[in-house]
Amino acid sequence: MRTAADTRNFWLLIALGAAVTAVGLAAAHFMELHGHIVTGMNNQVVWGLPHVFAIFMIVAASGVLNVASIGSVFGQPVYKPRAPLSGLLCIALLAGGLMVLMLDLGRPERLVVAATHYNFKSVFAWNVFLYSGMVGIVAVYLFTMFERRFNHLSKPAGLAALVWRFVLTTGTGSIFGFLVARQAYQSALLAPLFIVLSFGWGLAVFLIVQASMYTWNDRHLAPEIQRRMARLLGVFIAASLYLVAVYHLTNLYFARQGAFEAFILRDGGLYPVLFWGGYVLLGSVLPLLLLFHPRLAGERATQAASGLVVLGALAWLFVFIVGGQAFPLEIFPGHEVSSSFGDGAITHYTPSWPELLLGLGGVGAAFVLTTVGVRVLDFMPQDDFAAIPAATAKH
Amino acid sequence: MSRRAFLGIAAAGIGGVMLAPGIQLIEIARAATSTPSAGASAKLRWGMLIDTTKCATGCTDCVTACSTENGLAPVTATNAATTAQWIRKIEIKEVKTGRSASAPVMCQHCAEPPCVDVCPTGASFKRADGIVLVDRHTCIGCRYCVMACPYKARSFVHEELTEQKPDVPRGKGCVEGCTLCVHRIDQGQKTTACAEACTNAGHNAIVFGDLNDATSEISRRVREIQTTQLRADLRLDPGVRYHGL
Repeated sequence: MRTAADTRNFWLLIALGAAVTAVGLAAAHFMELHGHIVTGMNNQVVWGLPHVFAIFMIVAASGVLNVASIGSVFGQPVYKPRAPLSGLLCIALLAGGLMVLMLDLGRPERLVVAATHYNFKSVFAWNVFLYSGMVGIVAVYLFTMFERRFNHLSKPAGLAALVWRFVLTTGTGSIFGFLVARQAYQSALLAPLFIVLSFGWGLAVFLIVQASMYTWNDRHLAPEIQRRMARLLGVFIAASLYLVAVYHLTNLYFARQGAFEAFILRDGGLYPVLFWGGYVLLGSVLPLLLLFHPRLAGERATQAASGLVVLGALAWLFVFIVGGQAFPLEIFPGHEVSSSFGDGAITHYTPSWPELLLGLGGVGAAFVLTTVGVRVLDFMPQDDFAAIPAATAKH
Repeated sequence: MSRRAFLGIAAAGIGGVMLAPGIQLIEIARAATSTPSAGASAKLRWGMLIDTTKCATGCTDCVTACSTENGLAPVTATNAATTAQWIRKIEIKEVKTGRSASAPVMCQHCAEPPCVDVCPTGASFKRADGIVLVDRHTCIGCRYCVMACPYKARSFVHEELTEQKPDVPRGKGCVEGCTLCVHRIDQGQKTTACAEACTNAGHNAIVFGDLNDATSEISRRVREIQTTQLRADLRLDPGVRYHGL
């Protein structure tokens, strides 16, 4: 039963999300009016903070769908009731991420050009289809889950979504993986790395949303389920750390990459701090401790770990995207170079307010979509209440 | 009406409203499609030879000439990172030996241009005669080409432009780079602004011409003297070659 307080709170949440989104849209309008001169970006660092937010949301969107896949494709009963929420979050995050990506274009009003002119050699062009296809497939998948007559099709639909999400994250990783120009990228490892990162980021976002929904409804997640999901998050964090380590180790082994690795891991000022302090320590080691230490593990610890994973993800993406561009291009290997165009020099990038607000606006849009979806359709995981009544009755 | 029926009708309605104008716009866009390579001959391969043994350290005549020709703002200490620099002078010193050189670097007009590969809309394109350009009408300003270019040859227009040249349309929010003075070439002129300025200054460090024409000066020179391609390891087959590096 919905109470008046429920309804009031729903509209409060919508108003809050809409306000954040509106501020983001206003920031984008400001950027379009004045040009990217009002951002911290320049001709060396051409992708800044908006890309950090956008790529986080797009990668997390594919990762969040894992919960559904584990449920309907691999038949895990604990995850099955969570599949609808996972699908909804996938669409919401994708929409939020794409909103930021589109509004950060130099000519966002030319979206129709992007939708009518395709260069099929471009990874970006593939991604246009991968993203829209993802929304379509997940929408069908959600329909098969909600509509009883089509329930029998939810497994094949879930399988299609699972395959598609792997292709999608491969596409996102390949945006960078196929770039030969800059030393930070051009690695076949980036596609699998992004897939593994998506697992952790997506699950972290899912756990945060799930915890909020349970708190909202004054419920507690059954400890068994909570422990299972926490363990899974821990495994994903460890796997991500492993692949990130391999990526840097291969680079360290190649003499030509030595200077770049020294920059990112040791000498680059903010970037090594964000990498070691933000991604490794706060975003990986501390969450692992929170999830696995027998004295710490629990509902609160899992929530804290999820939040830290998201912060670590943003730190890692900032290092990867911005740090990767800040390092100069090596046009003349073995030579010291200088020019008026920043050749041979580390570029300084300071994000501006409009960039941050646009990024947060995308998060706001994803939040509104999620909140409306949860309200209109039945996304609250229900089955476990019936299955494990003892666990929920204790508070 | 049940909630389910309402949602179904609402979804169909929104879908229709969103699709209809899209289909209309696709038709308009198709009608407007042009052939960017029309007029350019595949028999030609425009290119440049840069003789760094003749290029004078500190001389920026080619850069100034390019800015004047194409209506680019002069580079200052405050705008250097964000203003368009289609050509810039790089001072080069070999770390081990201390040998130094100076050379202009601009779009290398690759035969296999990474900027063209990555462009989602096909705005980055290569003409039949080897000139790599950006179609200002279809560039959406995603900056993927800037990420992909190994020569840092592309600039993004960060702010409103004033005093544009009629022959060289530009626009805020689009990416641009050296056009090999395509407007001059298409009018039948034989050289680019930078090469002309270098010759006028008496250096003769830049030779422009058709690499496919065995009798052209550039073909003769690249046949006779040793030249290198920047980032030759990438096998992009640039149309600009350097001597003395």
